[in-house]
Amino acid sequence: MTTGSKTGNSFFSVHQKVHPRIVHGRFSRLRIAALFLTLGLLYGLPWLQWDGRPAFLHDLPARKFYFFGLVFWPQDLIYLTAVLVVAALALFLFTALAGRVWCGYACPQTVFTQMLVWIERWVEGDRASQIRLRKNGFSLPRNIKLAIKWVLWLVFALFTAFSTLGSFTPIRELGGRILAGALGPWETFFLVFIVVAILLFAGKMREQVCIYMCPYARFQSAMFDRNTLIVSYDPARGEPRGARGKESAREGLKPLGDCVDCTLCVQACPTGIDIRNGLQYQCIACTACIDACDEVMDKVGSPRGLVRYTTLNAMENLKTKILRPRVVAYGLLMVGIAAAVAVSLAQRVPVAFDVLRDRNAPYREARDGRIENVYRLKVLNMEEQPRTYLLRASGLPGITVDYEAGDLDVAAGQVRDVPVRLRVAAEDLHAQSNEIELELVAAEDAKISVRESARFLGPRPEPAEDHDDSDPADRSDRSGGKRGGG
Amino acid sequence: MSEFTSNFWPWFIGIASILSLIACFAFLVAVTRGRRPDEAETTGHVWDEDLRELNNPLPGWWRWLFHGTIAFAGVYLVLFPGLGFWNGTKSWSQEDQYRAEVASADATYGPIYARYESMDVLTLAQDPEARKIGKRLFLNYCTACHGSDAGGAPGYPNLRDEEWKWGGTPEAIETTITGGRAGNMAAWEPAVGKEGVAELVQYVLNFTGRATRPELVAAGQQKFEMLCFSCHRISGKGNPAVGAPDLTNDIWQYGGSEQAITRTIAGGRQGMMPPHGEFLGPAKVRLLTAYVYGLSKGS
Repeated sequence: MTTGSKTGNSFFSVHQKVHPRIVHGRFSRLRIAALFLTLGLLYGLPWLQWDGRPAFLHDLPARKFYFFGLVFWPQDLIYLTAVLVVAALALFLFTALAGRVWCGYACPQTVFTQMLVWIERWVEGDRASQIRLRKNGFSLPRNIKLAIKWVLWLVFALFTAFSTLGSFTPIRELGGRILAGALGPWETFFLVFIVVAILLFAGKMREQVCIYMCPYARFQSAMFDRNTLIVSYDPARGEPRGARGKESAREGLKPLGDCVDCTLCVQACPTGIDIRNGLQYQCIACTACIDACDEVMDKVGSPRGLVRYTTLNAMENLKTKILRPRVVAYGLLMVGIAAAVAVSLAQRVPVAFDVLRDRNAPYREARDGRIENVYRLKVLNMEEQPRTYLLRASGLPGITVDYEAGDLDVAAGQVRDVPVRLRVAAEDLHAQSNEIELELVAAEDAKISVRESARFLGPRPEPAEDHDDSDPADRSDRSGGKRGGG
Repeated sequence: MSEFTSNFWPWFIGIASILSLIACFAFLVAVTRGRRPDEAETTGHVWDEDLRELNNPLPGWWRWLFHGTIAFAGVYLVLFPGLGFWNGTKSWSQEDQYRAEVASADATYGPIYARYESMDVLTLAQDPEARKIGKRLFLNYCTACHGSDAGGAPGYPNLRDEEWKWGGTPEAIETTITGGRAGNMAAWEPAVGKEGVAELVQYVLNFTGRATRPELVAAGQQKFEMLCFSCHRISGKGNPAVGAPDLTNDIWQYGGSEQAITRTIAGGRQGMMPPHGEFLGPAKVRLLTAYVYGLSKGS
């Protein structure tokens, strides 16, 4: 740490606004494609329909998540966990292989910043005009331009917030409700929150978010090694740098390298660094400097790639190894968990139930003398069609199931409380507490079935004198007292 | 302040809170005031030869967050009852909040129930939607004693069978749910002795042809017609007006074995159905009545 540049009475360095120059080239086309893809997903997904409902919807009040043909319930949280783990591993894998590709191409902060920078440029002109505009202080044209820019930014942020909300509440009704001013308190809060966050993070703070706030930016160095792709300037080729046409002044010195010191790479950098100083933690690998430099190299007639995607090993003329242990480990883990999710999803049974024993009495005697236990089942029909289920019990001889007709007709996506009576003849109970199993099967589709275990309670069994099947040792133990008496 | 027997603690809490706030503010001012040195202080820690840890002051925005929390506390303590001796200008209380929530729930669900309040039980018992609501209410309020399936438990009547201790008409069931019932069977052993109890047990068992010592039945009948008839009637069929059960069928709330009946006659039984009218309100009681009434008709 250094004392930092001091201004006035403050110990904190004053933020210098970065006005990135907009560049064109191979990588900016790739970045624009990534931007269209990510924003396209964000804006487009909420509009897709599936079976007359949104195909992509987190219905928080109903605790359901719709994803095309799938409906996830809170009980399916494990899938969310697994998907997040896969996403994290993918981030690790791609970072180990290709460096900060996420930061450069797909991160919302990058994408939103790119959009706002374009709007800014369109209103305020290129980098030089923007700097001039800032310098000139208050004036009417400046204020008009700023006002136009903020209005356009606001429109972009509002539309983005609207689309984001649209994956939490059906977007087709959301628009009308916004216009009618009929938003709920949470919707209003998040609409405003997202708009403010976009304007603040992507409009005002920009690279400061990446440099000071983003945790991923800080811990990704753990995934970097000498074989990771980085954006780097080639000092061996570029140095000593200098403008052309002054070679005469360098009589007797080493001939100039390819770098013409035009500083376009610095002007293009959205985080305001000089890539020629080597690998820096601020670099988000957006490749703007590559495009800027390639353009200049084309003009001066040198080969492209003075700033390029490379690795630390390649820079030192060592071999770059792609398949390192960490890459293999990240990759195998990612594929393995993703495959497990896929298999588990394919075998997912869209019904579940919980068994709650009645607590008012452990058991009771039915009028026919059999022992009766009462349970309450919570039956979840996770399908989008109504189902009638059948309930079977097993684990005790002659166990019978009894419930009110129609109680196991569960409407689509509903949870139903179903009181159920199980009866067993007293002589078939050999213990006070017996393990039984309940199976719920859809009436029209035997493949949809789940099992749960439960306990069946009864009175203390009579001493086992007439049960030939019981264990002799156990039998003498249990009936010893009575035998002695007889 | 009625929770406290003296005014000492309310004032102690209030004064301690105010002094703490003032102390926080004074401390914050004390540590952030004054001229700053031209060079940043260092803590004296040096790592890796030239990495020094500086002792920079708090950034301004951070300091103002602290001031903000103090201001928030001040405003909060004026509005809400946080200081022991001050009820707050909004006079907020837990009871008021509870009442407001009940009122808003009533406003939401009231109209749904109001529709059923005016319908009679027989119609409701036929209405599938009303039965569904009734069942949910039953599962919420009644299962702790009567069981999820309304089948009762030892000591708690089965509501699915045809016997009604207090009457099975819609009106009687509604009265039971609204006002509750207190059943009382006296303990007879002090009056008739062990032998007398045994005779009575044999007579009661004899109603269902289960007497184990037929020689006692005649003596039991004599005692029954003297002592028990006023509630259970001569016929043993019981009397819903006093909640006396029918002894001539195979339905036994406290158990029908000889042992259980002996215990019942010797020691008496006290049954208690708590009143639910005030708690649930007439509409829910009506829906529950319809559900319970429908249960016995269905089986």
